[in-house]
Amino acid sequence: MSEPRGAVLTGEHFMNGDVAAAEGALAVGCTFFAGYPITPATEVAERMSERMPDVEGIFIQMEDEIASMGAILGASWAGRKSMTSTSGPGFSLMMENLGLGVMTETPCVLVNVQRGGPSTGLPTLVGQQDMMQARWGSHGDYEIIALCPNSPQECFDLTIDAFNLSETYRLPVLVMSDEVVGHMTEKVVIPPEDQIARIERRITDAAPADYLPYQPEENLVPLMVAAGQGYRIHVTGLTHDERGYPEVVAPVQQRMVPRLIEKIRKNAEQIIRYESDGIAEAEVVVVCYGITSRVAQLAVEMARQQGRRVGLLRLIVAWPFPERVIRELATRIKGFVVPEINLGQMVYEVERCAAGRARTIHVPHAGGAVHDPETILARIEEASS
Amino acid sequence: MNQKAATAAGAGAGGSDTAAPPAPDVREAHAHPKDRLLRSDRLPHIWCPTCGIGTCVSSFVEAIEESGIPEERFAVVSGIGCTGRVAGYVNLDSFHTTHGRAIPFATGLHLANPKLKVVVFSGDGDLVAIGGNHLIHAARRNIDITIICVNNFIYGMTGGQLAPTTPHGARTTTSPYGNSEYPFNVPHLVASCGATYVARWTALHVRRMKQAMVAALSHRGFSFIEVIAPCSTLYARKNRLGTGTDLMKFYHDNCEVRHGANTAEIDIGFQEKIVVGKFVDIEKPTFLDRMGANLAQRRGR
Ligand SMILES: Cc1ncc(C[n+]2csc(CCOP(=O)(O)OP(=O)(O)O)c2C)c(N)n1
Ligand code: SF4
Ligand SMILES: [Mg+2]
Repeated sequence: MSEPRGAVLTGEHFMNGDVAAAEGALAVGCTFFAGYPITPATEVAERMSERMPDVEGIFIQMEDEIASMGAILGASWAGRKSMTSTSGPGFSLMMENLGLGVMTETPCVLVNVQRGGPSTGLPTLVGQQDMMQARWGSHGDYEIIALCPNSPQECFDLTIDAFNLSETYRLPVLVMSDEVVGHMTEKVVIPPEDQIARIERRITDAAPADYLPYQPEENLVPLMVAAGQGYRIHVTGLTHDERGYPEVVAPVQQRMVPRLIEKIRKNAEQIIRYESDGIAEAEVVVVCYGITSRVAQLAVEMARQQGRRVGLLRLIVAWPFPERVIRELATRIKGFVVPEINLGQMVYEVERCAAGRARTIHVPHAGGAVHDPETILARIEEASS
Repeated sequence: MNQKAATAAGAGAGGSDTAAPPAPDVREAHAHPKDRLLRSDRLPHIWCPTCGIGTCVSSFVEAIEESGIPEERFAVVSGIGCTGRVAGYVNLDSFHTTHGRAIPFATGLHLANPKLKVVVFSGDGDLVAIGGNHLIHAARRNIDITIICVNNFIYGMTGGQLAPTTPHGARTTTSPYGNSEYPFNVPHLVASCGATYVARWTALHVRRMKQAMVAALSHRGFSFIEVIAPCSTLYARKNRLGTGTDLMKFYHDNCEVRHGANTAEIDIGFQEKIVVGKFVDIEKPTFLDRMGANLAQRRGR
């Protein structure tokens, strides 16, 4: 092992999406990783195990994904930026502690490199079948933030964004990658350290006696402290008041849970990101995300060569869902085409927002491969006819 | 047993995850010298009369003082259960996590800031059933944290169901004809997985328990204390053993102090002799020690 390399490997690299996600995390200041091996996410953990010593960080391979998720929550409360990575089966195991992270407002990042399911499914092959689990997988009401990279470069960039969002809004943020993006090797440009946007945790400067750990600021997010700073905080997954004390009664629930949801909904316009191409003059818009967006782009170009007016809307942030843009498009286009490597998930959101004002045509795929562009093209033709 | 029945029996907890019956404000009348270490603004607590958990908490706060470790360095982590509520009553940085997952959370806290003194305080069901996998792996890694396991032989919080520690033959709400399973011998389990400090006491042994806690807090490595404690409302009642006080009397008459006992020989049978004492106290590099050593070696330092 040579001398420590530092957090930011500025320069041009060829790396796969998993490695790029690990590098993004390191670049934004992640110094704690706990995980459990699973294809196709293992390379994230392997990279972290190799690189953590470079940043005086901690890598630990836990006994399972439940423990991995628990450990990153603990590490976050010790003041570190922390991350885990997994795929379908492990994602299922993480759900209960993901909910604890939401309830206790614990910043951390979870990278899910999606493979085909259900169950053990297709360990080595692609799927986009955890999108609804990302939104609803843990019990109870909550909002979540989920980002969908479509290239190794975006695995790097969006993992940085995921940390920044998790620190800003104090919740676990999901990077919903997929097997193809995770395993494809492409050029990744890592900028100089001073060009990496790093949002640090907002810590209170109140004296311990004056500090209420769950009293929100104006943006509905409370200021945080870490264990060991003398604040004697109590953090619980039970419904709690502003002191953090359990108050298992309806009025506190009715104040607390809506705030957890509102802190995302009220700030949704700041969080939502998408990329659009030609939607202003389109009569059909293809809504897509992750690896499928790259195939959809081909289909859109083929349709345009046929003289059709087709736009592309790529979700970079899948959750919260960009309701406003879909609603607005629905009033003036003929239809949406939604290809995804599942048998119907994000399409329901498009359909809900279109509310019958435009047709919504799903292009399903059961998993194991990406779509043929021709399949998507056929549905574009159908939508524009 | 449902919550209503537990409450009718005068139980504070036992019967639901959240039972917290109203009770008079006794704060003024019962100011206690250890109040500083307790969240007295959260009293009254949820525990039933003659429950053993409170005794363990008293010994714990005394041990904290006696250990000389600055209070700000403590972080107490609990899972879910009657014992799991301990985190909510100690006036220290405290975390009430998910059922069975206190140890992974504590592992993250400790590794991310080794200056913290991380203590897991939880029940037998939480630590040994649903959390059993985490328990054995933390012991195996010799993670430098302290575990206090209150073993009342039952699931108190949910109303008295079978635990992996319930003695053979004992009755619970899910073993109405007597327990057919073999229980875990918990000190033996953790000792064989590599725990470097292992002791067992009962809620009767307040002074020894406190001394063991002081020793465990000062120990470098994975330290584990099992405290056998009465669940008066459920375990005692289901098995017609009287009150918590009667169980304390039973401990008095049936405990044998045997330091250094072979942990393979300290199983607990139904209303049989309980061997207590310090069984393991050894030094071994911790997870972080070994990680540091591996890195130093690879870097040629
Ligand atoms: C995942 C999950 N399963 C089940 C429960 C319900 N539950 C709460 S506490 C508990 C058992 C607690 O027993 P123990 O750890 O022995 O604590 P005690 O109440 O006896 O102190 C159970 C099963 C839960 N909260 N979470
Ligand atoms: S452990 Fe038993 S006695 Fe103690 S609070 Fe729970 S139900 Fe009551
Ligand atoms: Mg118990």
